[in-house]
Amino acid sequence: MIRKIALSAAAALGLATGAFAAGEEAHVTDYAFSFEGPFGTFDQMQLQRGLQVYTEICSACHGLKYVPFRALGYEGGPHLPADQVRAYAEFYEVYDEELDDFRPAVPTDHFPESSLSNAPDLSLMAKARAGFHGPYGLGLNQLFKGMGGPEYIVSLLNGYTGEDKEEAGTILYQNTAYPGEYLAMSQPLYGDDVLYEDGTEATIEQQALDVAAFLMWTAEPTLNARKEAGFIAVAFLIVLSVLLYLTNKRLWYPIKKGKADTPAE
Amino acid sequence: MAGIPHDHYEPSSGGEKWLHRRLPILGLMYDTLMIPTPKNLNWMWIWGIVLTFCLALQIITGIVLAMHYTPHVDMAFASVEHIMRDVNGGHMLRYLHMNGASLFFVAVYAHIFRSLYYGSYKAPREVTWIIGMLIYLLMMGTAFMGYVLPWGQMSLHGTAVITGLFGAVPFVGDALQTWLLGTTNGSVGQPALNRFFSLHYLLPFLIAGLVIVHIWAFHTTGNNNPTGVEVRRGSKEEASKDTVPFWPYYVIKDLFALAIILAVFFAIVGFMPNYLGHPDNYIEGNPLVTPSHIVPEWYFLPFYAILRAFTGDVWIVIAANFLTGGIIDAKFFGVLAMFGALVVMALAPWLDTSSVRSGRYRPMFKWWFWLLVADFFFLMWLGAMPAEEPYATLSLIASTYWFAYFLVILPLLGVIEKPLAQPETIEADYEAHKAKSGGTHTIVETPAE
Repeated sequence: MIRKIALSAAAALGLATGAFAAGEEAHVTDYAFSFEGPFGTFDQMQLQRGLQVYTEICSACHGLKYVPFRALGYEGGPHLPADQVRAYAEFYEVYDEELDDFRPAVPTDHFPESSLSNAPDLSLMAKARAGFHGPYGLGLNQLFKGMGGPEYIVSLLNGYTGEDKEEAGTILYQNTAYPGEYLAMSQPLYGDDVLYEDGTEATIEQQALDVAAFLMWTAEPTLNARKEAGFIAVAFLIVLSVLLYLTNKRLWYPIKKGKADTPAE
Repeated sequence: MAGIPHDHYEPSSGGEKWLHRRLPILGLMYDTLMIPTPKNLNWMWIWGIVLTFCLALQIITGIVLAMHYTPHVDMAFASVEHIMRDVNGGHMLRYLHMNGASLFFVAVYAHIFRSLYYGSYKAPREVTWIIGMLIYLLMMGTAFMGYVLPWGQMSLHGTAVITGLFGAVPFVGDALQTWLLGTTNGSVGQPALNRFFSLHYLLPFLIAGLVIVHIWAFHTTGNNNPTGVEVRRGSKEEASKDTVPFWPYYVIKDLFALAIILAVFFAIVGFMPNYLGHPDNYIEGNPLVTPSHIVPEWYFLPFYAILRAFTGDVWIVIAANFLTGGIIDAKFFGVLAMFGALVVMALAPWLDTSSVRSGRYRPMFKWWFWLLVADFFFLMWLGAMPAEEPYATLSLIASTYWFAYFLVILPLLGVIEKPLAQPETIEADYEAHKAKSGGTHTIVETPAE
């Protein structure tokens, strides 16, 4: 059972990659996310909404095998209370090698793998699709607009045209964001697919934005901590370089401005 | 040891005298730190310290990463995710190590082009240059093998492409490839991952050894400097007019430069750590699916472009194929060109016929040099483009210039170029700069300074 799932997940990953790599540059819209830029952080409420969309829609086919349930309780993430994390985990059944049977998941377990053979695991999708964008392959969109995987995910979920075609016995759906134009995943969001507890209107775009933010978090759960570390390091180094600049200037002053004969040492 | 006369270490306290008679290690440290260094070194002479820092950074972060990494085809990818998610500070360690490789190559390219501009490779510094080239080669090997370890799609298929190049060697190619990969069918699997992990751990220590020899070599000849004029060695007094001791003058200057560079580096690590990486490497390696567009890391791109430039329809490839009776086919020619691009650079001390070291006093050389720099970046961009027109033709032109620079232009320039007057001494040049009057010489500032 497990082996079968693993195999199909691998095949699914493969399928998706091949198609993605083979296609032309498709249309990806630049969305503004709270976590963009040097000071951007995850929006906790958005991650919780994204978790809801993932749970109610995406998880039917896709897995998140690198993400442990306990991470849902971490600060900087959806930050659910411990009892909610436990309750959430219990929704899932995992295979326990010691019991040789399935049991309800506990927070230390990981999300299950993809259940559908051609649905790729979504744990890292937001980073795996953070393409080296144009223009001219210089990555300028990524550098200046902060475009990456989350933009691609929203564009994809929003990009269905409603057209489809049959190819080798599979129905493929047209999508303006997909590099190959036609993909095997049917349109997952139509609007009001979930009922948000915080009263946010569940339009297609809103749900797509939320789940994309959530998937960015699953791909990069340490984003907030990393930016904080980066900020502290940069601030420290700027102060240090000012001090070293002044030291250096003072040190070289006699040599640059003074007499030509410098001390023999 | 050093050719430039200067004060040597004198043990003062009883304890120092005791140690000095048994092991003169304090003397070695003193002489290394106090080495007379030309006082006119500009900001392009800071890359050595950046490189030393990078090596230390990579070794330290690498050792800790190795404690949490599993070199197994089924577990490597997951163990990297374990580092990213569960190891305390693991995400910073990995991003520092990943981007540290990029900083390492930024610094090494700046260092190499500085040498090429100021003629640091010329006599008597050929050995320093050759050791430097060996370090660069080892760095590329280390970086390549390190990139395999996360076992993502690009790791796996990049390795397949590069090790496949060795298969192009006539007669022994297949055996060589088998020896490298540990598998007979050319597939990249467990044996390859394991040995690359082992070598990725080993090579940095060889680099560290070579770095010591590199420093030893240029401490023997003395540093080159922007004028290319040697430090006077007649007496200690004379030498001290051209130089300052490394400590504290250059230590502080270099640390200042390092702090600025690290501020930029940490901004990249903190705010956009995946910008220089390839997104496909966040998909676990799958031998059954080949990404249609395999791109090496940015620092390999110029040489990757040269590798791909020489296709079967280029006349020189056809000629080589014909003359060797088919032994050198297009694939092997590409491999030869890629390694040849490095070999011609390593041979620069003997190909450059000009007696003038510094590009400052070489009016014609200057243009060709900056064209080479532009060519390098152009090749880098071409290396990332798909193998189709117009990139193929452009790659061929750019690759040709790379070879022409070393094999034709450098030897010819020494004969036809009329160099400008060089300053008599470093001191004279320094004083002239200080007076801002230009002195008696025509000194042209270069954009690199």
